[in-house]
Amino acid sequence: MKLNERSLAFYATCDSPADNSGFLYKRGERHTAYHRRWFVLKGNMLFYFEERDSREPVGVIVLEGCNVELCDAAENYAFAIRFGGTKSRTYVLVAENQAAMESWVKSLSRASFDYMRLVVRELEKQLQEMSQGLAGGCVDSREPPGLWKPKPSGLEESRERLPALPAILPKENGCAVWNNVLGADRLPDTSGCAGHDEEGNPRPPPLPPRRRVSNGEAAAVAQSPSTFCRLHEQYSREVALLRQDWQQRQRGPRP
Amino acid sequence: MRYNERELLSLARQPAEKAAEIRMSVPKKGNVLKKRLVKLVVNFLFYFRTDEAEPIGALLLEHCKITKEEENVFSISFIEEPERKYCFECATEEQCQEWVEALKRASYEFLRRSLIFYRNEIQKMTGKDPLEQYGISEEARFQLGTHRQ
Repeated sequence: MKLNERSLAFYATCDSPADNSGFLYKRGERHTAYHRRWFVLKGNMLFYFEERDSREPVGVIVLEGCNVELCDAAENYAFAIRFGGTKSRTYVLVAENQAAMESWVKSLSRASFDYMRLVVRELEKQLQEMSQGLAGGCVDSREPPGLWKPKPSGLEESRERLPALPAILPKENGCAVWNNVLGADRLPDTSGCAGHDEEGNPRPPPLPPRRRVSNGEAAAVAQSPSTFCRLHEQYSREVALLRQDWQQRQRGPRP
Repeated sequence: MRYNERELLSLARQPAEKAAEIRMSVPKKGNVLKKRLVKLVVNFLFYFRTDEAEPIGALLLEHCKITKEEENVFSISFIEEPERKYCFECATEEQCQEWVEALKRASYEFLRRSLIFYRNEIQKMTGKDPLEQYGISEEARFQLGTHRQ
């Protein structure tokens, strides 16, 4: 099967930020010897290079549908990427320390497209429900009425971390907005990549099946809340109006 | 470049987001359009000869550009080689538009941007990070580009 390898190599080496990177020892398919490789995780693709500054990856592991597990190998800090099929190969990787191993297991087990899609749909649903239930006009007054502009495609976000937010809502709001409508406390790791829940928590119930178009001519799929540009537009108008309304009420009745 | 072909073939057999018989041409070979079964699964576009079970090829849809060309036609090209186009001639203009929309949303990077957008919007409205309850707010792949306080 042909693969667009040139584009893959470009994706691997371009300056879009990686979700994880570092040296790992990888065991060869037939030989038991380990080779030290530079690994780069982008999305659901795990690339590996001979050296950190190699211009092209030696190979790539497509992670969709994998399980990531800790290993019983003789080596410490070993973990495995396993796939479901009968003749599938298991990739045994060895990290250089405990922290690196944990970081890789965590990032690999949530690396699938399916998982990302799950999270996006949850948030999309939350946002929809919130905008419908905002009749009380509870908008954080500290926020400037700025509209978040989606970055043009091609630009990648810098890695800024979000500080942990207080659990209690700011008092100026006057009312609790956060309405946890979800039943599950925790999203499952992925539909297929759930080999390891590091806290040992029981898995949440399976999610409802996604609507899928079967093979053959695609039937008209009902438009989901369409592109986020349109959604953004819609929500920002609503939020601006609600904010205005809330601010007027805060000011009190005019003489 | 080595890759786990078995798993990719297995992915090609899974239920598709979208699948149809479309005439398609690849950048070399004189751009001849041939009828193919085209199947979108996660961020891969597989294409099969219509009577075969195994795909001829797969395109990873990252850093690519989907362009609406003339009537019923759209193309996929990759940012590092914009002249090399995979062309698709649909049966109808409507089918063409549906595919363009679906393919534009089919990349992992698009999903990530959507997630960051929704996360930010929810945070602005509630003052709370929606990812915290899932224990994934510190993951590198979910970080915000613009930090708003």
